[in-house]
Amino acid sequence: MLSVQNLEVSYGAIRALGGVSFTIEAGRIVTLIGANGAGKTTTLRTISGLLRAKAGAIRFRDEDITALAPHRIVARGLGHVPEGRMVFSNLTVDENLAMGAYLQRDPARIARNREYVFSVFPRLKERLGQAAGTLSGGEQQMLAIGRALMGDPKLLMLDEPSLGIAPKLISTIFEKIVEINRHHGITILLVEQNANLALEISHDAYVLETGRIVMQGPSHDLRANPELKAAYLGG
Amino acid sequence: MTEFLQQLLNGISLGAVFALIALGYTMVYGVLRFINFAHSDVFMVGAFGGYYLGRLVPEGTLWGGLLVLAGAMALCAGLGILIERLAYRPLRGAPTLNVLITAIGMSLLLQNLGQYLFGATPRAFPEVFPVTNYEVGGVYISSNQIVVIAVAGLLLLGLEYIVHRTKIGTAMRAVSLNPKAASLVGINNDVVISFTFGLGSALAAAGGILYALNYPSIDPLMGTLPGLKAFVAAVLGGIGNIPGAALGGLLIGIVETFVNGSQWSTYKDAIAFAVLIIILLFRPAGLLGRFSVEKV
Repeated sequence: MLSVQNLEVSYGAIRALGGVSFTIEAGRIVTLIGANGAGKTTTLRTISGLLRAKAGAIRFRDEDITALAPHRIVARGLGHVPEGRMVFSNLTVDENLAMGAYLQRDPARIARNREYVFSVFPRLKERLGQAAGTLSGGEQQMLAIGRALMGDPKLLMLDEPSLGIAPKLISTIFEKIVEINRHHGITILLVEQNANLALEISHDAYVLETGRIVMQGPSHDLRANPELKAAYLGG
Repeated sequence: MTEFLQQLLNGISLGAVFALIALGYTMVYGVLRFINFAHSDVFMVGAFGGYYLGRLVPEGTLWGGLLVLAGAMALCAGLGILIERLAYRPLRGAPTLNVLITAIGMSLLLQNLGQYLFGATPRAFPEVFPVTNYEVGGVYISSNQIVVIAVAGLLLLGLEYIVHRTKIGTAMRAVSLNPKAASLVGINNDVVISFTFGLGSALAAAGGILYALNYPSIDPLMGTLPGLKAFVAAVLGGIGNIPGAALGGLLIGIVETFVNGSQWSTYKDAIAFAVLIIILLFRPAGLLGRFSVEKV
């Protein structure tokens, strides 16, 4: 589905990624964990075209997307729920979802995706006419995910979906992520600081440290890894 | 009372023109966060477009006038898109100051190009619309004032429809709120920006023709002062805010007209700008603007 090879990204003189490689098989939930500043968000932003790679290649569904503009990457079926949600705050929930379907041409398909989003997040249906900025953090996260689902993605990248959300809602959001993957066959790339949670719901995991992958394997195995436990899982 | 109504009417028809120009400033600011100083010269090109197109249709007919209006709007929409493509797009991602200086350069270029092509001598704008004068209870209304108010009103409604009811309009608001998130839902920001320039420039062209109907002497530097006042109107209403720009334009037009009809008429421009300063002292974000922290 996705393969990233030797990705290097710099912000001016500061190197953010120093040769990151990983692959994602179709149908999996893969998580990228690591401390603040390890390069998780940079990795996602480079994949979706918001940042330019200095070196390396990104292949998505057997096509090189390294140099494509973000809107072209979305068109190929790669959805990105950015860090901080980035909902269009002055637009209504309805308009946010409509913008999610910006590239969709088939009205029947759009209607079906909308129903699907409402089935995953019924709360959004109650809030349709409300400005997105007036939603709670958790609801905004639901909207950000719903908006990305409106684009009919094959791979959905989620950047810190637990950030700034009431603890009660975090588990709901994570259940929904699993549901999206299991019932609708959407491959997931999840970036999380909450490593426990991320390893719990994912199949495979990569650990990022100062711009490099330092550990990888099935999530189940990594959870038992003593080194990782000490560094990320709170003993 | 008659005097008051007369001035109010004159003020509204002047303010409607400022409003049309102000919308272009505010929309471009909305999507690109800079002031397009060349906008006032697109207004001038609109008036000259009307001047030349006016020769092709019979003078003093409603359909001829509307045709001239539509033609000049289309011409300037193209010009606006071209200006953005050639001058501003290569600077995407550059510091705002660079873009601002480029905009001033573009403004000077258009003014000088105008002097080169059209000559610096003022020209008489043709009577493209039929002219009749009415008197209602002591208030004099010219048909040109009615045309100005009606056309400006319809264009504002049309704009409101585009911005709030169409996909491209919603995309415009999305890009203005968060360009990164907009590109992540598949919006091509460049297309939306081109569209915004086209739309704003078409409105400026309409403003140019409507202005020339009531002040029928046009020259290549005619855009400077109305452009400046429209810019003030956009800031007054809250830069980036579309209804704010319309409100600001009307307000500046009305204030200017009332001052013009008073004993302080010499200071009409000074007073218009004083109003700006006073309102901004109390509402720094403009009448309808909201304070927002600029995000990095």
